[in-house]
Amino acid sequence: MLRIIKSFSKRIFRSIFKRRDSIKIGFYGPPNSGKTSLANRICKDWTGEEIGVVSRVPHETRQVQFKERVEIKYKGKTLTFKMIDTPGIATKIDYEDFIKYGIKKDDAKKRAKEATQGIIDSIKWLDDMDAVIVVLDASENPYSQVNITILGNLVARKIPILIAANKTDLKKADVKKIESAFPEYEIVGISAKEGHNLDEFYEAMFRLGKQI
Amino acid sequence: MKDKKLRGLSLQVLPFSEVKDMTISERVNKILTLVLGNKIVILHGRLRAEEEARLIEDTMVLVDHVRDFKGIELAVIEPDLRDKNLFVKMKHGIAKRLVGDNTALTVIGPASVIKEIKRDPRKIELFLD
Repeated sequence: MLRIIKSFSKRIFRSIFKRRDSIKIGFYGPPNSGKTSLANRICKDWTGEEIGVVSRVPHETRQVQFKERVEIKYKGKTLTFKMIDTPGIATKIDYEDFIKYGIKKDDAKKRAKEATQGIIDSIKWLDDMDAVIVVLDASENPYSQVNITILGNLVARKIPILIAANKTDLKKADVKKIESAFPEYEIVGISAKEGHNLDEFYEAMFRLGKQI
Repeated sequence: MKDKKLRGLSLQVLPFSEVKDMTISERVNKILTLVLGNKIVILHGRLRAEEEARLIEDTMVLVDHVRDFKGIELAVIEPDLRDKNLFVKMKHGIAKRLVGDNTALTVIGPASVIKEIKRDPRKIELFLD
């Protein structure tokens, strides 16, 4: 009985504490969807410094990156959270794909090894998230199994989700296709690179924060 | 350019009953053992979300340790219920709870054999290497 009371009060305390100080918002998605570009854009807008390096070569982010405290102030409201930018999740890694981008064989092999570990870390971190922004490339087919697996795992863990349909600056971008693939989630079309539609995105982030 | 020809394709149908009572580890291990044998596995049913995540994690460990193994391609084919009415959706949901998701098919193959799986709600295309 005492154990039940203890666990109940611990849960209540943790939920109050979580709401006030340590909301963890993760950035998830397949490689090269623009997770770090978006994380950088938010960090630069609100803290003045970036979180990581971006590149056209897939798996540039191979380690989970953090920004301990990001505070977004918007229309009189404040959202404070710990930002967690994760390596892109994929089902295959081939070092030869990196060689095509001009990377030397040994470096490509090293990059592949780090990328596999990065994917494992991203999946392990899922359990620690309070909310997740799933960043998808709006110019790619949304029906990939990786996208479905990421969303399925978040739903199974009851983690609130916001989908950022990124790269709307590209001609091929089709936000409607993402909306039709995942009608049950809130989706905001943005361009992290060009800074398009970020006002709507920040409003959606506040709605996401309320769901925690 | 070297002329590559497909020498053969090995498909392994895995009835859900064969993996139903296995633990997550056993189930993922069974699938990956078949995939490492260069087989394309067609699982009758679908893995749970956490099993799919575990499959990706274990695949990455193998990519790191098994020479020439590049990973997997994975796709789930399910009936498209988006245009169906509520009754049909409910019937499907109840059947799923009672007897498991037998209406889905999961295709898992080595990335060295399946170059890409393209899918949309109505079709699935396997591009072989």
